[in-house]
Amino acid sequence: MNVVVITVLTLAILGTIAALVLYFVAQKFKVFEDPRIDQVEEVLPAANCGGCGFPGCRAFAEAMVKSDDISELNCPVGGADTMNAAAGILGKEIAASDPMIAVVKCNGTCDNRPKTNFYDGATSCAVAASLYAGDTGCSYGCLGCGDCVEACTFDAIEMDEKTGLPVIKDNCVACGACVDACPKNIIELRKRGPKDRRVFVSCVNKDKGGVAKKACSAACIGCKKCMKECPFDAITVENNIAYIDFNKCKLCRKCVAVCPTNAIHEVNFPPKKVKPAAEKPSAPKAETAKAEAKTSENITSSDDKNKEE
Amino acid sequence: MLKTFSLGGIHPPENKFSAGKQIEVMPVPAQVAIPIAQHIGAPATPVVQKGDTVKVGTLIAKSSGFVSTNIHSSVSGTVFKIDDIVDASGYKKAAIIINVEGDEWEESIDRSADLVKEITASPEEIIKKVGEAGIVGLGGATFPSHVKLSVPPGKTCDVLILNAVECEPYLTADHQIMLEKGEEIMVGTQILMKSLKVDKAIIGIENNKPDAIKHLTELASSYPGITVEPLKVQYPQGGEKQLIDACIKRQIPSGKLPIEVGAVVQNVGTTVAVYEAVQKNKPLFERVVTVTGKSVSKPSNFLARIGTPINNLIEAAGGLPEDTGKIIGGGPMMGKALTSTEIPVTKGSSGILIMKNEEAKRKKMQNCIKCSKCISACAMGLEPYLLMTLSDKQVWDRAEEEKIMDCIECGSCSYTCPSQRPLLDYIRLGKGKVGQIMRSRTK
Repeated sequence: MNVVVITVLTLAILGTIAALVLYFVAQKFKVFEDPRIDQVEEVLPAANCGGCGFPGCRAFAEAMVKSDDISELNCPVGGADTMNAAAGILGKEIAASDPMIAVVKCNGTCDNRPKTNFYDGATSCAVAASLYAGDTGCSYGCLGCGDCVEACTFDAIEMDEKTGLPVIKDNCVACGACVDACPKNIIELRKRGPKDRRVFVSCVNKDKGGVAKKACSAACIGCKKCMKECPFDAITVENNIAYIDFNKCKLCRKCVAVCPTNAIHEVNFPPKKVKPAAEKPSAPKAETAKAEAKTSENITSSDDKNKEE
Repeated sequence: MLKTFSLGGIHPPENKFSAGKQIEVMPVPAQVAIPIAQHIGAPATPVVQKGDTVKVGTLIAKSSGFVSTNIHSSVSGTVFKIDDIVDASGYKKAAIIINVEGDEWEESIDRSADLVKEITASPEEIIKKVGEAGIVGLGGATFPSHVKLSVPPGKTCDVLILNAVECEPYLTADHQIMLEKGEEIMVGTQILMKSLKVDKAIIGIENNKPDAIKHLTELASSYPGITVEPLKVQYPQGGEKQLIDACIKRQIPSGKLPIEVGAVVQNVGTTVAVYEAVQKNKPLFERVVTVTGKSVSKPSNFLARIGTPINNLIEAAGGLPEDTGKIIGGGPMMGKALTSTEIPVTKGSSGILIMKNEEAKRKKMQNCIKCSKCISACAMGLEPYLLMTLSDKQVWDRAEEEKIMDCIECGSCSYTCPSQRPLLDYIRLGKGKVGQIMRSRTK
């Protein structure tokens, strides 16, 4: 009986001492962590992709809690919803940011860009770029080894077997991993645009027109036709390459029509309806547009007739 | 027991088909394209314009910094244009294109074949002349020679080592220079010794060139201070660090230059160029190029003007064989596959190697089996399999710790790998990145 009492008492005293020590140590070395960090982290997508510029979602949550002005911060994966939710928790203001998407600025498919040599080295764009300029006459375009596909953690890029070029799928969150991975810098983050509609120059070849055209039939030759056509001054031509500023572009698609090499791509637009010009550009142009429209109308009507027959 | 370097090394088949073939002088082409970046360092700045008339040896591009060098016209004629052309790197780079008219040399160049033994120039004048003549290391690295000769303050040089190893398989340009220009090498060595203020010079030759060893040993007996050192055949003995280790048993610390151990290394071809620059006033505008390969009908050594399209050389060596798989600029170990036959000969073109289709093909890469052959082969004591993984996974800080920058890119690891892993390709990539990071840190 006595033994049992002593044992229980000893254990109880030891337990109490240990608990007291642990309690005071815990108080002494307590690290205060803002509970809001956890709350913010909850709403973040937990992709840990680094698209925000921070090492992981927790670091981004910390940054959001710590900085007073969070208008510079943005989670491209979660987009406006996530940012609003996070800002709601913190009671801070966020700047409205447009959803972005990565675009591949190269259209050097096997047909457009004939091969001039064959590469049989390591299947890595970075290695290939460190060895030479590529297996075609264009030293700026896609090498096709798929470093961007490797880099993508969202499974949003795949290589098109036919064209040998990467294709960016709609689930792209614009984290920018592929942009960093591409040694040729052909991937750019651009505005998704209303209804996912975008217009961009799908070429990065800085060579002079003739040289570029010889290497790739879909190359931008720097002819400046699009620049002259653009009513919004959105297009600049530098180093023989046109660039469309996505903040100025109003998606009128006039540049797409005038590009002689089809280097300007339009995405997700419905097929263009040709009607008498409604935008009222300068007189002669309107006439030509009308003329074009007429001819196309004739064609369609004749087609219809054929169908009817 | 012959000397050699202590770490690693491999024995690739030598295949020196063009050995003993007399140096043939290539006819001057109708047009030359002279790149302005033919050396390590800043590209030269063109000083001629479209339509200017130039003679052989006229300065056409000026050195644009300390580590940079002059470029001279290799032909006489009119500057056609300055435009971007594809060079040996595969990328487009600026070059001066000259249409050839006649073959008129600058008057200052002494074109006689007489040997001028007496060295009148002072050490400073020698370095100045070497710099003005646009001389770079002709072994293939193309490091400006005047930089090597200018011993930095606080350092002393006590021995000059002449690199006559030519350890790359196939290549024979240096071998042939030694046989044909032995006297010039000796005087050139004396000039270099004078400029470095040393009284000892060692010519390191691998003993697969017994005729060159014999010839130079005979000549060296009448020049005080110069000795010929026959070396055991082993690749990459032509690497500066390996050659110093082999000849004088001194090891250069990681990340340092040969001057740290009191040695300066120059290639034999460079030595002849130095002789010609100092004694004959002739800038560097031509070089000996080996054109060779198993399928080449006439493997040869050519003396070609800088800017000659390699196509001309291949034609002179019997034309491009039908089953050609790769054309390599340089030797098979360190050379680069060329993408066009229009690429011009530059100061660094030591050879043009034509490989047959079946021998040029890379085999399929397999998994690393951790056999450690690459470690045994590495002449710098590195772990290539690890460096490849680190480069692939982009662990740059660890790669730096593992001394990736010490790699001399000799290719022994890739050569020896039984799984055909492209070790060097990845290491080269890693070197580029780590180098960038290190430079950004010092800024």
